[in-house]
Amino acid sequence: VAEIVSLGDAVEGLVRDGDVVALEGFTHLIPHAAGHEIVRRGRRDLALIRMTPDVVYDQLIGMGCARKLVFSWGGNPRRRLAAPPARRRRELLAATARARGTFPRWDGGGVRRRRGQPPVRRPARVRGDGARRTHFHGRSDHMSVHGEELAAVPAHRPDVGVIHAQQADRVGNVQLWGIPGVQKEVVLASQRSIATVEEIVDVLEPRPGGVVLPGWVVDAVAVAPGGSLVRARVLRAGQRLLRALGRGQPRPRPLHCVDAAACAGHCGRR
Amino acid sequence: MMAVEAARWLHDGAVCFVGIGLPSLACNLARATHAPRCVLIYESGTIGAKPEHLPLSIGDGELAETADAVVSVPEIFSYWLQAGRVDVGFLGAAQIDRFGNLNSTVIGEYEHPRVRLPGGGGAPEIARSCRDVFVMLRQSRRAFVEQLDFRSSVGERVSLVVTDLGVLEPDPVSRELVLTHIHRGVSADDARAATGWELQVAPDLRETECPSREELVALRALKTASGDGDGR
Repeated sequence: VAEIVSLGDAVEGLVRDGDVVALEGFTHLIPHAAGHEIVRRGRRDLALIRMTPDVVYDQLIGMGCARKLVFSWGGNPRRRLAAPPARRRRELLAATARARGTFPRWDGGGVRRRRGQPPVRRPARVRGDGARRTHFHGRSDHMSVHGEELAAVPAHRPDVGVIHAQQADRVGNVQLWGIPGVQKEVVLASQRSIATVEEIVDVLEPRPGGVVLPGWVVDAVAVAPGGSLVRARVLRAGQRLLRALGRGQPRPRPLHCVDAAACAGHCGRR
Repeated sequence: MMAVEAARWLHDGAVCFVGIGLPSLACNLARATHAPRCVLIYESGTIGAKPEHLPLSIGDGELAETADAVVSVPEIFSYWLQAGRVDVGFLGAAQIDRFGNLNSTVIGEYEHPRVRLPGGGGAPEIARSCRDVFVMLRQSRRAFVEQLDFRSSVGERVSLVVTDLGVLEPDPVSRELVLTHIHRGVSADDARAATGWELQVAPDLRETECPSREELVALRALKTASGDGDGR
């Protein structure tokens, strides 16, 4: 059941070093505030999942929080790949090329209620080099149905799913509207979940196209007005805090492969 | 010119799966000119979007506000795209081969890429599920290659390739891309020189029409409404 807590407490309690974390949401619901809180808390070695890594992921990578990136399309509209953090992101892309490619598209398909349920595999009508040659590194199955070759892809099961939404009520039911993306899916697929919201209201009023997540599938709800805004000053504050914590100037982590056996040596750390 | 030419190939009422950039410009141009009933689907889940300005990204609020329906990403791919409800899908890429196979993943070896590209996004599924696939790509030897470095999307449904030099269409039997149109001022030899394989040229090679006044007015109106309009 959702607890209504501060964002700091939510991240402190639910995001751990080394976790697989997915921060999802389009445009007006990109969970920037939560991303910044992860930076502030100095989390490390995160495997970050997102359909379209955004400025918030540039920032997380730039601040040295990430060890791996899993994505579908890695660019920022108009901004292309931005300044130094993006350069690191490109390095990370090169190092984790194997995490991505033609098919491993994180579109949230085939995820189901968390806790105890087996990961659901999503058959994909996909052909190309990716499905056959590179991806999943032994984790995918291929089958032929009615003469058509299908790739069965393991669903993502993040340790933590983080979303931003417009509203929650006092018992933690969350409602969001606008382009819903894979926000519902990421909460349901994750072992733990955090929803930041613009406001807490007494009663959720139904919205056309609104997505409601019952409080019992969310772990923490935190009020973060303007939680999808990009805030450079928050990042700078985070940097100061990290220095104060004695971690020194954050640097990108050495890039290494998660699966050493599959590493072809491109990370330079066999 | 690429956007104008691609727009002309869309019939009124076509259901289009649209990406940001040139495809978005082409579809909105078609909607503003000869095909007002074109249905625009952006992969963020906006169905029937009618943007006044060109969207900045597939997540642009303008798309959701003007859409007939807004659905989740799993729904747009499973219920709409894979279910065969889309007539035309637009794709770009870094490389294309003679059969319309596309690479948007890496340049160089996969494990040791020279350039790691942004990735396919929804392209592999679009390439397999739309009735027709239109590719928009500038023609050069770097892009039109004999051998792809990586095949991200299959080319079997590519029915049109619009370039800055002309238009290629697949041969009905061999499925190899054949140059069928050139833009004014371009020769078949120019197109051959910009292609990494021995480009077949249609015996009845035609010239595309220059943009009309109506098309230019609509194009400029879209660009003006969108700032510079060159979103991606």
